[in-house]
Amino acid sequence: MKFYIKFDGIAACKVIVREHLNALGIKYEMLSLGEIIINNKISDDIFDQLQNDLGRYSIEIVSNPKNQLIQRIKDTIVELVHEPDMPLTTISVYLAEKLNLSYGYISNVFSEYTYSSIENYFIIQKIERAKKLIIEEELTLTEISYKLNYSSVAHLSGQFKKTTGLTPSMFKRIIERRRLSAKTS
Amino acid sequence: MGNNIGTFHILLADDDADDRQFFSEAISELRMEHKLSLFKDGKELMDYLEHPDTQEADVPHILFLDLNMPCKTGLDCLQEIRANSKFKDLSIAIYSTSSSEKDIEETFIGGANIYIKKPNDFSKLKKVIKDVVNINWQFHTSGLNMETFLFSI
Repeated sequence: MKFYIKFDGIAACKVIVREHLNALGIKYEMLSLGEIIINNKISDDIFDQLQNDLGRYSIEIVSNPKNQLIQRIKDTIVELVHEPDMPLTTISVYLAEKLNLSYGYISNVFSEYTYSSIENYFIIQKIERAKKLIIEEELTLTEISYKLNYSSVAHLSGQFKKTTGLTPSMFKRIIERRRLSAKTS
Repeated sequence: MGNNIGTFHILLADDDADDRQFFSEAISELRMEHKLSLFKDGKELMDYLEHPDTQEADVPHILFLDLNMPCKTGLDCLQEIRANSKFKDLSIAIYSTSSSEKDIEETFIGGANIYIKKPNDFSKLKKVIKDVVNINWQFHTSGLNMETFLFSI
């Protein structure tokens, strides 16, 4: 038997983190994804254990403050593109409000450490979401373009082509044929 | 995956010495910390990858693969690498002089992540390599889905 799974990475990640924190008896508060406050002091051994446990899922505890900020920026962007109704604000206003920092500062830190701009990262994440929706086949390309706040399906197709070098239909065909050949081989 | 993945390990397999030289120069200008390993043909590459000392943790991040090489062609290598789950996180960039949609599609179906239509002039090649490494770096550091990572340039 062979089947495909559909999943929500963010929800899965939250469950994994919660389960491991609970298993180690740590009292915590989970703010938005990626930010966790531990109320009591915990021993280094337990912290190491947590770090190891989460590492198995490629979940990493970030301790350097600049890295923490970058991770928060990335998480905020990922959350934004996964909103059922993406707000219509620009990414700069959205991030500045969510993180309560000036956009100039956020944007400089981000570019310095990630070799990418926030705008570019936002596009990569939107296209990544579009890819997932295209493969799931529940929405048409027009519906996907509305969902991700593109002004038209042509705008989405154009940005998809610019980001991946492929048209959405060629992308879909390649993934389908890859799955088919994996099935027969 | 975190923001820091340490040294970005790049492999290149190409039988043409000039091309290897061009690539090395282009790659030496990258901003991120990196390490480059060069191979003269497909066999040398596969010997390195399949060496028992290559653990999953030291699997390189990206492989640039020339399609036309003696002994083992790029497509042979692609097939062998994709048949081994140890290399599931290794992105493979194939470059070729062909820009036919059919060739591009077949290469992707064979398991490549990146298809590079090789530019004729050096400054363009440099720009292409930088773009490819950058987008690939984003995929590795942001934990994006490698199975749907396709990029044609």
